[in-house]
Amino acid sequence: MSLSKEEVKKVAGLARLRMNDEEMERLAPQLSNIIGFIEQLSELDTDNVEPLANVVDITLPLREDVVSDGNCGEEILANSQDANQGYFVVPKVIE
Amino acid sequence: MNTLTNLTIDKALDGLKNKEFTSVELTQAHIDMMEKHNNLYAYITETPEIALKQAKASDEKRGTGNEIGILEGIPLAIKDLFCTYDVQTTASSRILEGFKPKYESTVTTNLFNNGAVMLGKTNMDEFAMGSSTTTSYYGNTINPWRRKDDLNQDLVPGGSSGGSASAVSAQLCMGATGTDTGGSIRQPASFCGISGIKPTYGRCSRWGVIAFASSLDQPGCFARSVKDNALILQAMAGHDPKDSTSANKPVPNFAAAIDGNIKGKTIGVPKEYRVDGMPEEILKLWEQGIEWLHDAGAKTVEVSLPHTHYALATYYIIAPAECSSNLARYDGVRYGPRADESDLLDMYEITRAQGFGDEVKRRIMIGTYVLSSGYYDAYYIKAQKVRRLILQDFLKAFETCDALITPTAPSAAFAIGENENDPIKMYLNDVFTVPASLAGLPGMSLPAGVDPQGLPLGLQVIGRPWDEETVFKVAGVIENLANFTARPQILL
Repeated sequence: MSLSKEEVKKVAGLARLRMNDEEMERLAPQLSNIIGFIEQLSELDTDNVEPLANVVDITLPLREDVVSDGNCGEEILANSQDANQGYFVVPKVIE
Repeated sequence: MNTLTNLTIDKALDGLKNKEFTSVELTQAHIDMMEKHNNLYAYITETPEIALKQAKASDEKRGTGNEIGILEGIPLAIKDLFCTYDVQTTASSRILEGFKPKYESTVTTNLFNNGAVMLGKTNMDEFAMGSSTTTSYYGNTINPWRRKDDLNQDLVPGGSSGGSASAVSAQLCMGATGTDTGGSIRQPASFCGISGIKPTYGRCSRWGVIAFASSLDQPGCFARSVKDNALILQAMAGHDPKDSTSANKPVPNFAAAIDGNIKGKTIGVPKEYRVDGMPEEILKLWEQGIEWLHDAGAKTVEVSLPHTHYALATYYIIAPAECSSNLARYDGVRYGPRADESDLLDMYEITRAQGFGDEVKRRIMIGTYVLSSGYYDAYYIKAQKVRRLILQDFLKAFETCDALITPTAPSAAFAIGENENDPIKMYLNDVFTVPASLAGLPGMSLPAGVDPQGLPLGLQVIGRPWDEETVFKVAGVIENLANFTARPQILL
């Protein structure tokens, strides 16, 4: 299995990682190697096996539908590079 | 030698109780050691002011005769993956440089409620992805141990929790927290000649622990004795409604389980762990471990874990898939540095490109690929199915034994720079630790011998789900018989 530069470009776009040509060329064989390595699972017959998503035998608990926090807007914004009047500021998205 | 930093936690608690010294003195001794050995780069952020303030408060609490915590006055290091209130928390990534959480993780809250003192935040592989602590944006941590024949060569402390392991080994703290996703506590414990435990998935809360692969991540700890680990884990563990995978089960008295009695226990030896090319000294140590168990009155049986061979490939689908999803949140908007771009997509993509290192990018890319349309069933669902087969292997083995004994890692600590250009070779470091992680089982590494270069080697004890007590019990017996007294050169 070998990933083409085009495929690497597509995945980088999906992952929101900006990459130049040189980086993609460097990464393509490394990723191909890893994909080749993980492909060994295809030799196993897993037809009647249920996928395992959570190893612990506990069911997802529900909590009371009540407000448990709030009034912490300032704390939530405290680590942002750009916050203004209680909002996160980002580059303009709507013309 | 500084006698206060040489103590185990267990002995230090006695000393504090008998007023032989105060927590402030104990803490200051460790702060002095941190200064003396700051060229190990074990810590990213040192917090001596916080430590001394906590130590003073602890001494006052002891003085009043009020009820005290399990770790009252004990100075610990905290892996920089645990969010700590108003103290920079980076996960060793540039993308979280300067991030000061406005909340405290449940594990550190539990530790502080039990009297622990925080000396600082330790270095690690970026976002816990690695086995060497060489992927940190803040530089490499160095293992305090050196090869007899090459005292100038810096060795890796293992990873991802390499800063914590190095700090405990070099006596820059009495114990430390770690997290383990595929071996990130057990492998560095083995490389640094100390013991460390990853409890059952769900035993410790993940709330406030920066997420890498949520179905595998589990907090645990390091210390210089099995009993010290039992004390720290006791203080960390417990149910937390803020983590939906945290188990609502009582936390047993782990230290009480270390009674030296394994008569009548059966310990399994998984035959598939006898991998090709394993160094002779590791095979020998494993045999020695089995002999120690016999000497102590336990039986051993060979067991089979037939899907072991597929564990690494399974792990390197599931962990990157979950990482690509978890790390989608780092977009420069809410925390961390932000690229100064006028277009939103440019801002996201360039912030992330500048913020993440190579290994993290590789894993995000693999994860995004295996989750992408057309590949999801072939890779991700397939890996989840094999994960079930691996879990079933262990549960079947535990029908005939109470715990398993294996080597922790396929080698001793390697040199900084080694294995760097071959990601898969690096991944092979975790060949003995990943299967138990996939099955959510408790596993502990403890130092049991040294290689011909004088470097420490660890043995691993794996237990049934929720049976850390047997893990501690068996590890305690091996610790006693192994009588591991070697110390890193810098302490001699």
